[in-house]
Amino acid sequence: MPHIELRDIGKSYGARDVLDNVNLAIEEGEFVSVVGASASGKTTLLKIAAGLVKACKGTVLLASQPVTDFSPQASIVFQNYSLLPWLSALENVQLAVEAAFPSQTKAQHRAQAEKYLQMVGLGAAIAKKPSQLSGGMRQRVAIARAFAVEPSVLFLDEPFGALDALTRGTLQQELARMCSAAARPVTTLLITNNIDEAILLSDRIVVLGRGPNATLSPAVPVDLARPRAADLLLHDEKAIRIRARLAEFLTAASDSRRPKREAQPSLAANVPVEAA
Amino acid sequence: MKSFLTSFALAMTGILCVVLLWAALAGNVAPDLPSPLKTWEESKPFILQPWEKRGEMDQGILRMASYSLVRVAKGFFLAILVGTPLGFLLGSSTLFYRMFDPTIQVLRPISPLAWLPLGLILFRQSEPAALFTIALCSMWPTVINTMHGVRSIPQDYLNVAKVLRLSPWKKFTKVWLPATLPYMFTGFRLSLGLAWLVIVAAEMLTGTPGVGGFLWQEYNSLIYSHILLCIVTIGVVGFALDRLMGLAEAKLRAA
Ligand SMILES: Nc1ncnc2c1ncn2[C@@H]1O[C@H](COP(=O)(O)OP(=O)(O)OP(=O)(O)O)[C@@H](O)[C@H]1O
Ligand SMILES: [Mg+2]
Repeated sequence: MPHIELRDIGKSYGARDVLDNVNLAIEEGEFVSVVGASASGKTTLLKIAAGLVKACKGTVLLASQPVTDFSPQASIVFQNYSLLPWLSALENVQLAVEAAFPSQTKAQHRAQAEKYLQMVGLGAAIAKKPSQLSGGMRQRVAIARAFAVEPSVLFLDEPFGALDALTRGTLQQELARMCSAAARPVTTLLITNNIDEAILLSDRIVVLGRGPNATLSPAVPVDLARPRAADLLLHDEKAIRIRARLAEFLTAASDSRRPKREAQPSLAANVPVEAA
Repeated sequence: MKSFLTSFALAMTGILCVVLLWAALAGNVAPDLPSPLKTWEESKPFILQPWEKRGEMDQGILRMASYSLVRVAKGFFLAILVGTPLGFLLGSSTLFYRMFDPTIQVLRPISPLAWLPLGLILFRQSEPAALFTIALCSMWPTVINTMHGVRSIPQDYLNVAKVLRLSPWKKFTKVWLPATLPYMFTGFRLSLGLAWLVIVAAEMLTGTPGVGGFLWQEYNSLIYSHILLCIVTIGVVGFALDRLMGLAEAKLRAA
């Protein structure tokens, strides 16, 4: 029985059709990534799955229950971080912790918030306001805020988008470790525009085609042993095949919107999707 | 520093120009208008002993202004005490907005001169009537700016409140209030300006001691130079109030 299930989802904003006929089932503890071009409707899809945006058509189920609101077990990293600018990094995380663990003491809240800020490498900047942090640091605060509540469902909207390759790599490993080390299994839906990131982290990957009326490709399973190392994946034969499959889906998706051309699946797949 | 000195010098030149124009008009074009010099001569006791109390309506100008300021402060606090929650209600509930916005738009343009007699009837005393008038006339900018502020809370922040499942109280204190505060302050500043505008009318009609009351009394006693003294005082105090609120606002935005 899937933990999260999207059934025949359709969404339009007024006259703008974004999603159509989207079906996706995620098992408990599974890590699924959605890759797709910019403006194809990835954020919309994630927010529908999370219960923040209402679909025009279809249903979303979480543990077999229809989703009407954001679930108490879930947490989300928004694409634009969405930190509260009048609170410091620590206060932003602590606010989430306080709401999630109302029975704990203030000291415990603080310790929990500090622990996760340290985990994302922000131990020294916890007193700073978001406006005093760089884009990458803000993103890390948002990640700490999402993880600090120890969710069992995690929605991530391009959580590493603003990071340099090095920090990105560290946090990807951190995320993989947290997901596997968590006390209960964490079901994760990750939006990314980076194929290698998807391969590194996911159990399955789906490609969202170009809008309007974007729909999902068949899922590509990532049957690689964990833990995975980013540099090894570059030369791993299975990984190369998966990368080629995904590139195929991506080009197919963009070609359906353009006059027919030769497919170009071999185009370097580790560059962001927009270039593919 | 240099640019500050330049603007100061320019502002002083502007004031000088107006005083010169005043001097040129006084005595010939406007025969009853006291000249700047005469105004100064006759106002000296009020300015040089600003805290002196010689009688009910014969007091130093600072003392007079302080009466007015206290009255304005009371009216203003009443205005924001009522106006801010009203603004929050109007901003957060469409039902409430559609119910009360038309009424507010009708009440807003009513002059203090129209409210004051009603206040006198209701309270039978000049002091509460004056406060009533000040509060009623000055609260609208606070109401409208607060409402606008609540409406402009970015969806992102509302989403944060939702996904963190903040309690209503936390949601209010950690999201709504800080997001609305800059708008509220703009409202407060405009409201304070209006309250100061209303005080003169209120004191004139009720004859209570204060700058406005003094102005009206001196008009009736035909001491025209004191009218000018009052006008200048009202202007300077109003300017100072606005600057103070501006400073507070800037400080708030920087924080
Ligand atoms: N609230 C909204 N109102 C109207 N149109 C919207 C809204 N949100 C998104 N859209 C439109 O829906 C389409 C998909 O938007 P969405 O944000 O889901 O794309 P995305 O795949 O997340 O893009 P990106 O990779 O740039 O984040 C876009 O054309 C966008 O203009
Ligand atoms: Mg997006």
